[in-house]
Amino acid sequence: MKSNFDRILSSEDVMRRRATFLQRIHVDGPLLILLLILASGSLFVLYSASGKSWDLLIKQATSFGIGLVSMFVIAQLEPRFMARWVPLAYVVGVVLLMAVDVMGHNAMGATRWINIPGVVRFQPSEFMKIIMPATIAWYLSKRTLPPHLKHVAASLGMIGVPFILIVRQPDLGTSLLILASGTFVLFMAGLRWRWILSVIAAAVPAAVVMWLFFMHDYQKQRILTFLDPESDPLGTGWNIIQSKAAIGSGGVFGKGWLMGTQSHLDFLPESHTDFIIAVLGEEFGLVGICALLLIYLALIGRGLVITAQAQTLYGKLLAGSLTMTFFVYVFVNIGMVSGLLPVVGVPLPFISYGGTSLVTLLSAFGVLMSIHTHRKWIAQV
Amino acid sequence: MTQPIRLKDHEKDARLVRNRVMVGAVAVVALLCVLVGRLYYLQVIQHDYHSTLSENNRVHVQPIAPARGMIYDRNGVVIASNRPSFNLSITRERAGDWQQTLDTVAEVLALTADDRALLEKRLRQGRRPFEPVPVLTELTEEQIARIAVNQFRLPGVDVVAQLTRHYPQAGHFAHSVGYMGRINEKELKTLDPVAYSGTHQIGKTGVERFYEDTLHGQVGYEEVETNARGRVMRVLKRTDPQPGKDIVLTLDIKLQEAAEKALGGRRGAIVALDPRNGEVLAMVSQPTFDPNPFVTGISFKAYAELRDSIDRPLFNRVLRGLYPPGSTIKPAVAIAGLDSGVVGPGSSVFDPGYFQLPNVEHKYRNWNRTGDGWVDLDTAIMRSNDTYFYDLANKLGIDRLADYLGRFGIGRKVSLDMFEEAPGLMPDRQWKRMTRRQAWFPGETLILGIGQGYMQATPLQLAQATALVASKGRWHRPRLAKAIGGAAPVDPNPIADIALRDPADWARVAHGMEQVTQGPRGTARKAFTGSPYRVAGKSGTAQVVAIRQGEKYDRSKLNERHRDHALFVGFAPADNPRIAVAVTVENGESGSGVAAPVLRAIMDAWLLGPDGQLKPEYASNTDLETVAREE
Repeated sequence: MKSNFDRILSSEDVMRRRATFLQRIHVDGPLLILLLILASGSLFVLYSASGKSWDLLIKQATSFGIGLVSMFVIAQLEPRFMARWVPLAYVVGVVLLMAVDVMGHNAMGATRWINIPGVVRFQPSEFMKIIMPATIAWYLSKRTLPPHLKHVAASLGMIGVPFILIVRQPDLGTSLLILASGTFVLFMAGLRWRWILSVIAAAVPAAVVMWLFFMHDYQKQRILTFLDPESDPLGTGWNIIQSKAAIGSGGVFGKGWLMGTQSHLDFLPESHTDFIIAVLGEEFGLVGICALLLIYLALIGRGLVITAQAQTLYGKLLAGSLTMTFFVYVFVNIGMVSGLLPVVGVPLPFISYGGTSLVTLLSAFGVLMSIHTHRKWIAQV
Repeated sequence: MTQPIRLKDHEKDARLVRNRVMVGAVAVVALLCVLVGRLYYLQVIQHDYHSTLSENNRVHVQPIAPARGMIYDRNGVVIASNRPSFNLSITRERAGDWQQTLDTVAEVLALTADDRALLEKRLRQGRRPFEPVPVLTELTEEQIARIAVNQFRLPGVDVVAQLTRHYPQAGHFAHSVGYMGRINEKELKTLDPVAYSGTHQIGKTGVERFYEDTLHGQVGYEEVETNARGRVMRVLKRTDPQPGKDIVLTLDIKLQEAAEKALGGRRGAIVALDPRNGEVLAMVSQPTFDPNPFVTGISFKAYAELRDSIDRPLFNRVLRGLYPPGSTIKPAVAIAGLDSGVVGPGSSVFDPGYFQLPNVEHKYRNWNRTGDGWVDLDTAIMRSNDTYFYDLANKLGIDRLADYLGRFGIGRKVSLDMFEEAPGLMPDRQWKRMTRRQAWFPGETLILGIGQGYMQATPLQLAQATALVASKGRWHRPRLAKAIGGAAPVDPNPIADIALRDPADWARVAHGMEQVTQGPRGTARKAFTGSPYRVAGKSGTAQVVAIRQGEKYDRSKLNERHRDHALFVGFAPADNPRIAVAVTVENGESGSGVAAPVLRAIMDAWLLGPDGQLKPEYASNTDLETVAREE
């Protein structure tokens, strides 16, 4: 097969050969380079945001290594192979979420963890971030597109069960990301626009129901504070006022690395986790944030190219959903820290400290690489 | 395992997905533009606003309290100093639930409910927002350690090293020097908030109060960078405070102690002045109190005890105690008589034991019921003859009497630098019309002549009137400060000297006073036998309750608190006055018997050397020449 290709291809032999090597090990070059740039840059920001903690830095770098390994392993799996096991994984994930709901381990006032002492300790909700879109993609790829109403309803049912379980943990941020990842598959599958519009119209009464019956006080408080942070400047409005002050005081070029007073003097809460973009904005200014956004844009662009070039419908739907969900991470996080959106617990991908989210994200990129590098007609690249 | 590829479906699906990818890409770019727009708004348009916000977060201006000026006695002995003390301060705004924090503090330090109530009161008096309020002073090592161990559950609680006022002489100068205390809400309204921004205490009474501005100094500033919990990370800029000026007092601690010892445990007041310059050498008001608890915060119970005591230890008798001067006023009355010409040095009055106004039945009695016979001025002062002074006052009339005694300082504030001095009362026609709506009766003039009636004077005024006789009418306002920051205080509003038509009259009255202590029939001769120097003195008794006409003063019938006050005034050496003293012994009954020995003890302490002889510097000019010749 390979020798045939060599004969057919007429020009730029060297480059193709190199690309061929990366494809042979199922790694996508552009994605890998962008991820490495992002990771190394993030360590600089994290070093400053964590108050020069080498300890945290080493942990984050280790997580990144583990994530890369995980990404590499997942990239080796054929999409079709994955698709076969997805339904089972979905059922396991939902069962684990139920288990968490019943007897989960308590961390930070929320029940999110499965903890088998000495063996494993993880969040089933993170696992669902990949399984959720994969499941819907598997389901819809077997139907005719655009999906019929009954298939949409079935998809929504499959999204709804884990969503409600995670909302109950409570973890609004993750549940919204999972909701997004599932619905993006529907969107990519050509969900009719009038349905989309009617859902948006129905969202308003749904929001009222959420507010009245499902949201915890702290979640309501976040939204109230979002609407008017100055109403409680020393209480719940503090975070948003301080993060805006951090970003705003950075100006165009920033105060310089390690020179941010808001984070180094502890005015900025959660400065190394969810609010890390404020540190970046304070120390590197508008220029720094724009550079980061460009890298994100390149990653998303590459993800959309992969989506468009995917050979199987399953691959297209899954790749598109993963890419768009990644953008939701970025938009919601920066939006909330800069005061555009209410504060929900969504980390800034690859920059916020936290091993679990890092491994999940890199695994998702592993899935993208797998979809892209296991195509039949590789020469189309 | 190859899946069958449905090519037609695939093409259609691929187009559909590609469409959606395009929509997604457009949405991503659009929303990223929204983010960039938002950041541009925050970082470029609102940059100045957020910079200020972040800078105000970080930089705080902290006042640095100036070190308060020290107070010394005339020999350099420390009377008021600043002692480093570890204080517990609470910032209410940082403490969260500060009631809870107080409970924790009370639990950690094992405070009683009373102590906690006191802490709460201090905290409620809190001042500007975010200002730490010291609630407990002088923490022990153990208390500091307990707080440190429990710091994690005591937000907003800090242990701060501060300078605290300390009075090493305890009660000796409580009335003259006064004490400092926490700034109260009333004072806060009138104080310059900038000058007192780092200060929590202020002079409440005495020298501490009068010279507050001088002692306080100028506040300094420190721009500091603080973190979100208010902890200072580093100092950015510092303007040093200017310490307050030191004050050297005219008081002499040895004389003060001698005077207190001479008064014994009795209630009363003593003032010793240098008649040449008005310096107050000793100022005793007994009983006294320890001013130190007022600085650190006196407990409700201890304060109530002081306030409600029948002996009134908090009452400054020297400046605020109003007593009828009794016979001690006679020298001043004699000057008035001589200078106005109603009596002469040689003129005499016959004393049958009483005085009667023409056509009036009432007998104004001499203290000596049998009478002293023919009495001239010299004898009248020596014997304290009331009849002579009734006659003199009658001839003088109230207008001239009030005028002369006013020039001696009766009825006006005499001090240069004393806080809350009472003016006393020198009654006259106008005063009586105003307050009693009555005309002046001649009989009221008579009893003024012997220092009774409406007239009221403070011990300080008595001492000053005596010092005026010693200085031959030269006015020096009594003062407590000898040097302020090295410079002597200046009287901005001096009182006119008493100029007599015949200055020899001063010597005539002084001679009469000398006879009181030296003459064979002098009323206080017993108290001054064997004195190596000559004292010009005058005894007096001040009635506490009025004695009805014809009734005899019977001490056994009177409650101890209703007995007469014993007074004695005098100066010495008589021919070269260096000290003028006024002694008031409350309910002491006998001026010459009780107050005179006290006065002598004070004069001995001031004038005599360790050998029991007059110190050479106090000898009269002629004696000095003798000493010089002998050497």
